[in-house]
Amino acid sequence: MSLWQNIPFVCILLPLASAALVSVLKGKWCRAAAGLVLLAEAALSVYFTVRMAAYGQSYAYMMGHYPAPWGNEIRAGLLEAVVSAGFSAVALMSFFAALPALKRDVEEGRHSLYMALLMLLTAALQAQVFTNDLFTAYVFVEIMTITAAALIAAGRGGRRLLSSARYMIMNLIGSALFLLGIILLYDLTGHLLMPDIQRAVAGLAERGAYELPLTVVVALLTAGLAVKCGLFPFHTWVPDAYSAATPLSQALLSSLVSKAYIFLICKIFCRVIGPRVIAMTGVDNMLLLFGAAGMVLGSVIAVRQEDAGRMVAYSSVAQIGYICAGIALGTQAGMTAAVFHMLSHAAAKSLLFLSLRGLRDVSGSTKRSRLVGAARRHPLMGLAFTLGALSMVGLPLTGGLPAKLNLGLAAAAVGGWRMWALFAALILSAALNAVYFLGTLVELWRPSAEGAAPLKVREALPIGALMALNIAAALFASPLTRAIRLGLSQFG
Amino acid sequence: MARLRDDWEHSPWRNFLRWLREGDDALDRAMIASLDAPAPELREETAPEAPALPAEEPLSEKRRRRLRAIYIALSVLLCVGIIGVLVRTAGSLPSFGGAENPANNEVSRRYIEQGLQETGAVNLVAGMILDYRAFDTLGESNVLFAAACAVMLLLRALGWREGGTELPGHEPHSDIILQKISMVLVPLILLYGMYVILNGHLSPGGGFSGGAVMGAGLILCANAFGIEVTRRFFTFRTFQLVSLFALSFYALSKAYSFFTGANGLHSFITAGTPGRIFSAGLIPYLNLAVGLVVCCTMYGLYGVFRRGDV
Repeated sequence: MSLWQNIPFVCILLPLASAALVSVLKGKWCRAAAGLVLLAEAALSVYFTVRMAAYGQSYAYMMGHYPAPWGNEIRAGLLEAVVSAGFSAVALMSFFAALPALKRDVEEGRHSLYMALLMLLTAALQAQVFTNDLFTAYVFVEIMTITAAALIAAGRGGRRLLSSARYMIMNLIGSALFLLGIILLYDLTGHLLMPDIQRAVAGLAERGAYELPLTVVVALLTAGLAVKCGLFPFHTWVPDAYSAATPLSQALLSSLVSKAYIFLICKIFCRVIGPRVIAMTGVDNMLLLFGAAGMVLGSVIAVRQEDAGRMVAYSSVAQIGYICAGIALGTQAGMTAAVFHMLSHAAAKSLLFLSLRGLRDVSGSTKRSRLVGAARRHPLMGLAFTLGALSMVGLPLTGGLPAKLNLGLAAAAVGGWRMWALFAALILSAALNAVYFLGTLVELWRPSAEGAAPLKVREALPIGALMALNIAAALFASPLTRAIRLGLSQFG
Repeated sequence: MARLRDDWEHSPWRNFLRWLREGDDALDRAMIASLDAPAPELREETAPEAPALPAEEPLSEKRRRRLRAIYIALSVLLCVGIIGVLVRTAGSLPSFGGAENPANNEVSRRYIEQGLQETGAVNLVAGMILDYRAFDTLGESNVLFAAACAVMLLLRALGWREGGTELPGHEPHSDIILQKISMVLVPLILLYGMYVILNGHLSPGGGFSGGAVMGAGLILCANAFGIEVTRRFFTFRTFQLVSLFALSFYALSKAYSFFTGANGLHSFITAGTPGRIFSAGLIPYLNLAVGLVVCCTMYGLYGVFRRGDV
């Protein structure tokens, strides 16, 4: 095994080990340490993606001296590498973009604990991407739940505590369903390692044994993760949690935490249960219906919102619907579209939340009536918000267009009622997205009496990088899609 | 000085009644108002400002009641349905403990047959969680650390050091009977907890259970003599440093073991003679690290919930 193949292990262990260290550092030292870890993480994962693209196959990495069904192992392929690089790049840029606001939002004395939780969250995200074992996945799901709830509650004001409590309750229900699913699955197959489970499940399906428990298991695992990522009927915690938290927490939660759960759904569909058995249980149809309903209704509720933060949060509900519908198609093309959408949405949503914070600073509130002319007062943030919004609508030169195009093509290839349901939802949702995002943009760019805020390099650099990432997602859409497709073919 | 306001307007019971009568939105507004209101002694300096939730159009009382009744009926129906499906599922699972149970496979066979030679731990469970599946347990100990960090982030009172050396909040009157009994019990409890941790690889027990015992001993001590007394040897700094050393040791030693294992390198850690106290490779030291983290977390959570700091 070459040295570079240790990178996934380093990506998980580095933030995990530095969490305790960061928690004892004070003031600017803890922020510097956290920033440094995130920087190292991003550099390593991008380098790893380049090496994996040349390597051309996947490998298992033994965590210890015992081989897989006995010991723990993680697995790395091109898909995992791409997702890990995307996650760590977005985390790095969001961190530096949100740092100035963080000093105002969270008391200085609490920064070291906040950074420690951030490190734990980063480690959990990476572990979630690379895990090859359902129980390891559950352990890191727990870390993600606890740290995310704390990151929402950090800061001042009662709304955060209330939203965090709500987030905690809903997410623990999701965790409980997920754990119940794992337990039942272990009882049926006797394995926790993903490929071993898949082999056992395929055997069970062939013999026609345990049909009801198998269906219940798939439903429990999917429903648990759907609650945690905020899919439509379980989305009630989303608007409060996303709009009340500090900008860094907002960006990480909406763009990374929910995506890690979705990636886990991908893993369960492709690697744990297998697409054939999933189609047999009929859970994929339910996921498709919920996803399509989320695409339309999330947008409908978003149109009604007076507060821009809540509007962006509800648009997340719609976008999660897109991704889940892509997964539910059950084809290679659908899964590719879903993963691509996941990455482009991660980049765009963090940009939206972070720029909204800058616009709030010059307007005093995120109410849409107060935001009139805000983009003129703070052109950089206005531009960033515009780019993010255009990506959500799916206009050219943003990651949103290839994402939606891929999804539409994947649906067309499937045919039947699924194609028509998805087409109807896509068209309705795109129209609604255009209504509320373009409407907001027009309000934002109205002439304003006040002058423009001065440009600060510390703000401009990370936001600019995040904008560049969004544009890069559009420009390099076809190589990225090809890499995801190749990764998926190594995945199963 | 006490933080809790015991007037009827803010009591949980009153909030519950309000929720029953008026629904979620009214409760949200009331809770936000009470959370955002500054503590009584600070009230003049900062004016309370209750951010209003988005206003929903008012429903007529009758319609609201009818909706609520339908909502409750549907939730009960859904719950009963899910319970029914789960019970039916549980009935059709493979029988527990049967020879044909899929869990009786090569995985558990190797744990049982070769676990002692491979890990050196007489307690097979310790061998499984701290050697075979040490990565999961590394995650689990960080779950505890994350929970402790989360609670400290939210509840730890920051400004009290400038105001004086007194912790915020009251110390309840200590009971003489509790004090006398604790004098005998606390050392024994701590000693027993240490025993459970150190013998974790030889007998039932280990870091998680022994650490919980020790944490309970510290909590009893704080209850009997007051947190000011335990502060002589356990403060927030102690919590931080012990967590730092225990978790770093765990992460770094296991990183070494993972790295050597994955790359097929020779590791200097050996299983030793099973049954000895210094055997089973890293397991006793990992147990100690986990035990310290659990103990500190338990006591730290207790202190923060009770007085706002430890």
